[in-house]
Amino acid sequence: MRLAVAGPAGTHEAYAYCGGKAFDSKLPAVVFVHGAMHDHSVWTLLARWFANHGYAALAPDLPGHGQSAGTPLESVEAIADWLLALLDAAGVREASFVGHSMGSLIALEAAARAPERSKRLVMIGTAYPMAVSPALLESARSDPFAAIDSVNAFSHSTLAAKPSYPGPGMWLHGSNRILMRRMQMAQRDANLFLTDFEVCNRYAGGIVAAARVTCPTTFVLGERDQMAAPKQATAIAQALRARTVTLASGHALMSEAPEALLAALRAAFDVCDT
Amino acid sequence: MPGYSDPGFDTLALHAGAAPDPDTGARAVPIHLTTSFVFDSSEHAASLFNMERSGHVYSRISNPTNAVLEERVAALEGGSGAIATASGQAALHLAIATVAGAGSHIVASSALYGGSHNLLHYTLARFGIATTFVKPGDIDAWRAAIRPETKLLFGETLGNPGLDVLDVPTIAAIAHENSLPLLVDSTFTTPWLMKPFELGADLLYHSATKFLSGHGTVIGGVLVDSGRFDWDAATATSGRFTELTRAYEGFHGMVFSEESTVGAFLLRARREGLRDFGASMSPHTAWLVLQGLETLPLRMARHVENTRKIVAFLAGHEAVASVGYPELETHPDHALARRLLPRGCGAVFSFDLRGSREQGRIFIESLKIFSHLANVGDCRSLVIHPASTTHFRMDDAALARAGIGPATIRLSIGLEDADDLIDDLKRALRAAAKR
Repeated sequence: MRLAVAGPAGTHEAYAYCGGKAFDSKLPAVVFVHGAMHDHSVWTLLARWFANHGYAALAPDLPGHGQSAGTPLESVEAIADWLLALLDAAGVREASFVGHSMGSLIALEAAARAPERSKRLVMIGTAYPMAVSPALLESARSDPFAAIDSVNAFSHSTLAAKPSYPGPGMWLHGSNRILMRRMQMAQRDANLFLTDFEVCNRYAGGIVAAARVTCPTTFVLGERDQMAAPKQATAIAQALRARTVTLASGHALMSEAPEALLAALRAAFDVCDT
Repeated sequence: MPGYSDPGFDTLALHAGAAPDPDTGARAVPIHLTTSFVFDSSEHAASLFNMERSGHVYSRISNPTNAVLEERVAALEGGSGAIATASGQAALHLAIATVAGAGSHIVASSALYGGSHNLLHYTLARFGIATTFVKPGDIDAWRAAIRPETKLLFGETLGNPGLDVLDVPTIAAIAHENSLPLLVDSTFTTPWLMKPFELGADLLYHSATKFLSGHGTVIGGVLVDSGRFDWDAATATSGRFTELTRAYEGFHGMVFSEESTVGAFLLRARREGLRDFGASMSPHTAWLVLQGLETLPLRMARHVENTRKIVAFLAGHEAVASVGYPELETHPDHALARRLLPRGCGAVFSFDLRGSREQGRIFIESLKIFSHLANVGDCRSLVIHPASTTHFRMDDAALARAGIGPATIRLSIGLEDADDLIDDLKRALRAAAKR
């Protein structure tokens, strides 16, 4: 689905994946927010599942990522505002926010800015503060493709995650690396890696935002996560009174543990087998 | 922040895609010889069919043993994923059939394995897919042959049997200027000698029958996607590739490029191509290829080491008119080989005997260690006469265009003691010279 979304730099076309079905704003909406250097395609299995189980799934490409136009936005707060504007454009009044990594901070901030529109909050592979090492930021400035390789290696906890993502035969290290490379190369006027990781590094509003969140919150963390170690989420989880689920995975939870993550989301949404 | 990246090639050759079996503790990759996989529930079944969940349904589409092989080859190539197929020919057909149909056009190198030439020139033409063949080194010809309906540029990294080195960076640039992908047959080079994706290729395949399995025991292929080609952008600029960028009624109305930014090609190839054409690999075959892959780095080093010794011997022998190995300065692609193939030019090469077709026959029949058969990339050394076997459908003019003469002999150098191989060749050359 393509929508015209108002942002700080004007109105631009945004792309959102809807789980392979026509978007129906009358259904309960679930918004999937991708992380740094990613696009909607990290969510396709989950979005398809929700779209086929009574929900309106919405997995946008954030500005400057994938098929969405515009330049990449430079703060969690700005992207959260853009996300709420996207919901307006889609005719969605209330939604559940599901975010991964940088996307989890955006989901948190959106839920805090519009508590009356927030049904649930699920933060996956999260940490707060989401500090980025000075060495990685320097690498992002001098050689972003080397930085991509580093983050790619840190994001995966195994060479053999099964059943792979989005299907058998996909090599997760390779597909994640080329996805990040494509996101980086598509931005001719911006260093997307640096922008996204500075967005994570700069965000200082987590505890204040947590105090404003009124919806039930679930954390889904990877016990082998080297990008956002579970202990780095303890304080913000307490601030949100979140239920925490830890999976046998690294940071790339959607691809390393798609089945366990679906089970965790089903529990968070209280969806039973039908 | 240097030092953090994927494991090295040798480690990936042993570990990529495989871990100890969580149920049994089996360290080696189990062979899942089963047609089908039990569903947890009707809801689970529906979600697998509808690609809401990842998993296996039926072994024609995917299988856990095959998946290990697919991930491992993709890892070694630096790709996003792969599909194991019944043969290298099946991999080539799957690659083409995924993006091309009646009315499509391919630009291909003229220096191809005879079976690939047959598929393109005769068989696919019958299904409405035309091919223009160009000399691999004629860069202008590649560019000139592209038409609005062209879907692929295609060549072999090392052309069969003359070892024309494909200028992958240049041909890839031409492809990309025209919003087209470059597909390469990487069988002769394997990822140990060349990583075509790093040079600009978009898709590649192997006849896994050859060096990947390495032991002359199985027929198989692997098709690998770099994940780098932007099918949506190509559709926007050229109108091509709607197979991947528009809803496909044959599979839930799926738009494959929406489902996976970096795996759209493989999704359609698996969900349509394996499903409908059915040229899938047996899990037992996948296991045997995996056994071979584990020692690929060791074997390729030895293959190249032995080949260099044999090439040096033949190049200095009075009964040999010429040796076509790109590491020799006499080879027309020597400079290109030094740039693109610094680890070596593989273990398959051809040479021309001085003398008659009959002397060629005596030479082959006098060999004791080299086996006379139609294969390459075995751990054992092999020999064949292309004009009467792999390329027998070609007339003399076509043979000449492919760099093959009537007395051309093709060797595939194995892992035996190089001195024994040289003695075998000496004996056969002597026998041929007596006629």
